[in-house]
Amino acid sequence: MFGKFSRRRFLVRAAIPTVAATFGTARLLPAAAAATVSRPNVRGPHPIAVTLDVNGTSHTLMLEPRVTLLDALRDRLSLFGTKKGCDQGTCGACTVLVDGTRIDSCLSLAIMNEDKAITTVEGLASGETLHPVQQAFLDHDGFQCGYCTPGQICSTIGLLNEKRPTDEASVRTWMSGNICRCGAYPNIVAAVRSAAGAAS
Amino acid sequence: MRAISYARATDVAEAIAFVGADSRAEFIAGGTNVIDLMKDDVARPSTLVDITRLPLGGITPSATSIRIGALARMSEVADHPAIQANFPAVVQALNESASPQLRNMATIGGNVMQRTRCAYFRDTSQPCNKRAPGAGCAAIGGVNRMHSVIGTSPHCICAHASDLAVALLMADATIRTRGRNGERIIPIAEFYLLPGNTPQRETVLERGELIEAIEIPVSTAARRSVYLKVRDRRQYEFALVSVAAGLDIQGGTIRAARVVLGGVAPKPWRAAEVETQLIGKPANVQTFAAAAAYASAGMRGFGENDFKVPLVGRAVARALALAKDLA
Repeated sequence: MFGKFSRRRFLVRAAIPTVAATFGTARLLPAAAAATVSRPNVRGPHPIAVTLDVNGTSHTLMLEPRVTLLDALRDRLSLFGTKKGCDQGTCGACTVLVDGTRIDSCLSLAIMNEDKAITTVEGLASGETLHPVQQAFLDHDGFQCGYCTPGQICSTIGLLNEKRPTDEASVRTWMSGNICRCGAYPNIVAAVRSAAGAAS
Repeated sequence: MRAISYARATDVAEAIAFVGADSRAEFIAGGTNVIDLMKDDVARPSTLVDITRLPLGGITPSATSIRIGALARMSEVADHPAIQANFPAVVQALNESASPQLRNMATIGGNVMQRTRCAYFRDTSQPCNKRAPGAGCAAIGGVNRMHSVIGTSPHCICAHASDLAVALLMADATIRTRGRNGERIIPIAEFYLLPGNTPQRETVLERGELIEAIEIPVSTAARRSVYLKVRDRRQYEFALVSVAAGLDIQGGTIRAARVVLGGVAPKPWRAAEVETQLIGKPANVQTFAAAAAYASAGMRGFGENDFKVPLVGRAVARALALAKDLA
């Protein structure tokens, strides 16, 4: 899907051909200073070797720099547990753990996550033994269709790592980055609180 | 998303020189704003310079101020004991922004640089003077429930999106930058630009100029401060109206007051007349109500956002009461 020109993108592009990038200000400064400092190593835009540590395994992929961590996980590593919901950081279905911290993988470039430990829902269980948070979601029926569940589970582990309060109101607040289209929130909250008890 | 090149900066001067010399290069740190805008084809950088490996993090308290490195994550700042002790409004503004995941990603420097949430700015099929100068403003006469009621121009009525910036202005923070012309210390009150005739210019930063840190002076008023955010949902939503309020109360009398509004203007908006009205008065609800009546002076709506004008005064009065009740 990368590098191809969709019809929609073509139309968008054709309609507004001369829009300038609007980040920052445009005042030009003398270029002399640039010669006195080093220049960073520029990679891309073509595919380049990117090494990712996912669930304890190192993978070297040929990726364009624009590829998000979410798309690298799903399209290149076939780790389909991490879901693409909104793809704009508003639903939390793509939540993964990076160095133990929960993030939205749709708004992070894969190449920015080199040298970090990435954990997806596939990396949580030990053999046939589920992670305690996975087990809690099963025990409390913390889902309906299941699409948001990998993100909910990774977010719960992040919440526990952050040592957030786990009364009901606090769980609802600190899990607010994960939307459940089915509205299974009461059981999700029960699963999170149960896992918190098990973890403490 | 369009193709991009990527460069991981290993040195501050190197990053500044590179972005300073290339009008299509941009810095990236947390990425939550720029990647989103790139997907919408609103931001079109050719090269992203990753600054996350630069030594610009950390939170350093001193006797008179707290320095927050530009790369400190929102969650890291909100969880820091010295920030919690000295700037409760900053902590509340952070914790009521975005989601836990996004707060683990987004940096403080990036937060104050975030772009407006105006839907027309983000839709390339619509005219927007900020995105495409001269194209027109679809929000004027359009869907403008979230838009500004003061500080607008005939070219742009967007609202500033950052909760944190509202609390930082309340606390008189300064922004420390480094660019190709050296270092600058910019009071946040002078950092943002109103749209006027150039809505594409949002801050005083020059090309390649990088935020290195934000410094917040310790003060009695900031220590007794709150951030009140009025919005359509309890969490994970931008402000309709917000208020950062801080009070210095001695013996029941208000000695100093800081009142800044969010959600109403293209930049954080100091309610200077409200502050003036509070000084020397007894700290009670009558004082707060009388002073809050000045908050909406000069404000006018654009149709769908008319409700913000009466809402502002009520939010200010409530925020002041909450600040008074802090220990």
